[in-house]
Amino acid sequence: MSTVVLLFVTGLGLGALYFLVASGLSLSYGLMGVLNFAHGSFLTLGAFAGWEVARRTGADSWWTFLLSILIGAAVGALFAAFTELVLIRRLYERHIEQVLITVGLSLATVALFEGIWGTDPVFIDGPAWFSQTTSLLGAQIPNDRFISIIAAALVLLGMVLFLKRTRYGMIIRAGVENRSMVTALGIDVRKAFTLVFTIGGAAAGLGGVLASHYFGYVSPLLGGSLLIFAFIVTVIGGLGSLTGAAVASVVVALLQQFANFYLFGTGDFVVVIALALVLLFRPSGLLGRKS
Amino acid sequence: MTTSETDIEQTGAPGPDSSGSAESANDGGASTGGSGTNVPGRDTKRAGGKALLKWGAGGAAVVLLGLLPLLNLSLPGVLPGPTYTPGSLQLLAMCMLMAAAALSYHMLLGVAGLLSFGHALYFGAGVYGLAIILDNLDIPLLPAMGLTLLLVIVLAHVVGAVSLRVAGIPFAMVTLAFAEAGSVLVGRNPGGASGGEEGLALATDNLPDFLVGVVNTRNLYWLALAVLVLVFAIVTWVQYSRAGHVASAVRENELRVRVIGLQPYLIKLLVFVVGGVLASLVGMVYLLLQSGAVPRSVSADFTITLLVMVVLGGVGSRWGAVVGGVFYTLLDQRLTSLANSEAIAGLPDVLRIPLSEPLFILGTLFILVVLFLPGGLTGAAKRFGRGRKAGRRGEETDNARAVLEDAA
Repeated sequence: MSTVVLLFVTGLGLGALYFLVASGLSLSYGLMGVLNFAHGSFLTLGAFAGWEVARRTGADSWWTFLLSILIGAAVGALFAAFTELVLIRRLYERHIEQVLITVGLSLATVALFEGIWGTDPVFIDGPAWFSQTTSLLGAQIPNDRFISIIAAALVLLGMVLFLKRTRYGMIIRAGVENRSMVTALGIDVRKAFTLVFTIGGAAAGLGGVLASHYFGYVSPLLGGSLLIFAFIVTVIGGLGSLTGAAVASVVVALLQQFANFYLFGTGDFVVVIALALVLLFRPSGLLGRKS
Repeated sequence: MTTSETDIEQTGAPGPDSSGSAESANDGGASTGGSGTNVPGRDTKRAGGKALLKWGAGGAAVVLLGLLPLLNLSLPGVLPGPTYTPGSLQLLAMCMLMAAAALSYHMLLGVAGLLSFGHALYFGAGVYGLAIILDNLDIPLLPAMGLTLLLVIVLAHVVGAVSLRVAGIPFAMVTLAFAEAGSVLVGRNPGGASGGEEGLALATDNLPDFLVGVVNTRNLYWLALAVLVLVFAIVTWVQYSRAGHVASAVRENELRVRVIGLQPYLIKLLVFVVGGVLASLVGMVYLLLQSGAVPRSVSADFTITLLVMVVLGGVGSRWGAVVGGVFYTLLDQRLTSLANSEAIAGLPDVLRIPLSEPLFILGTLFILVVLFLPGGLTGAAKRFGRGRKAGRRGEETDNARAVLEDAA
């Protein structure tokens, strides 16, 4: 029983990280049709920014941790906004070229990160509480799991409130639904593009700082490895659906954790098989619209 | 070369698209491919003289490349030594293999409009499949290659059948996921078969002697040349066959193809499988040339490298894929030796760090090509060669852009 609880909470923590990456991907695909291969770089840069903050201000205080989260999210947001304004916007409506641009950006930035911070993983420390465990239903659970889960839940709540309650949120939802109609109403939908990209970048940067605590290290390849699972999550959840991304993040991460433990470390393959099954029986994803 | 180009333009002048490339003539045939047979026939006749010259030039280039190991030519700055030295031959052979791999990717992106991010899976299946079979079974090279091909055909059918349930960008994500599963499998080193991160050394016991060792690099060079010619011939044949025309038609307008009563799914699967099989063939020769399998050959990075080659050379053009593959490989090699040179080590950090990362420079170059040179190198060369006289600038650009957008 305690093993199941441990696997469950660890899976939720991993799912939280997937969600932080996948939410931005899914929203920007839903609204703009852009598949962003550089999204992993937003995450990696956020993680390194958080690490630099922790390194310079003493690693084990809660204030440092909060500051590193804020800086990580801000750096991710700035990088994303820059990408959208300088590179993506020029190729408006040419989706494949946008994908190619983000592929090039991802190549170039990962190489740059390797040049600056080296190719080896950099190990990271948080507040002392992170390395302790909490007893829950007989299972000893590492505390950093809870931080990821709480942060992802807050981000999900914030995004839902933003999308449902604010004017820009309405424009974004309407844009996902039918972009030409929004444009026909005289609304400059491009502002919403930049906004969605920035929000996605902030979530990815935040996810980067949390992922560095979850895994215990930062490396230039951190973003790329999470990005692939985020792709799988967005396809399974349904492209463009925030709720779908949330549900699929949890499902994929739990499948992965349980398969890794009970099926001899086959978690990654089970996830790909799940993807194949979803494609065979529901090509638009769990919560995606039928196309 | 310039004179023969002008000759072509003068001899085959009548039609409006006579100055276009063979590819654009093919596209003209493709959009009508299902409805009548006489129209492509006329196109072929008109492009006939031009095509003959092109093939002649291609044949001469192949003969010249075949003679290189016997000649003593130096290309300082491009090749590490005279052309007969193993180092230069190794690099040239690598260029030709990458060109062939890029051609197999062109089958997917340029012909059928499939933006796959999982092409490395088939290349890697060729590399690792052959390496593992040679390592574990006591059979000669050719049967081992046949067995690998058989496995790749099955793999490509299974993955293709599932991935092609979706199209466009979701297809890209799904193929990436499958390739990643392959990459993870190789990294896990199941039963010690793949060697994990270390890679796998080539077992030479059952190989013919003339393919083993540095002394025989020129045999491997000729083998690489043969593979490039073979892959080019197969890609050309498939592209101009009825199936190839239907594939281009599917790329341009899938709904119309379906209305005519053809099945886009099967055609796309066919192109996907042929592209995968060709990639695995190149992978097998790559294994022999490198005398070992490394995990990079099955990674997502390798697929992205192929994509970069095709886009750098010019999307939708076979010569573009070849040029892109050669150019990328040479540039990568040059940039790596630049990164380790003393001139770079002395620079301040702001310059030294970006310049010592070949992938940073290649990635930036790639972004610039996508933004400002959508026809790639071949498109730019054609425009430059024709000058401004005809007022048809940007045709290749438009063609490449159209091919890319059809993939979405």
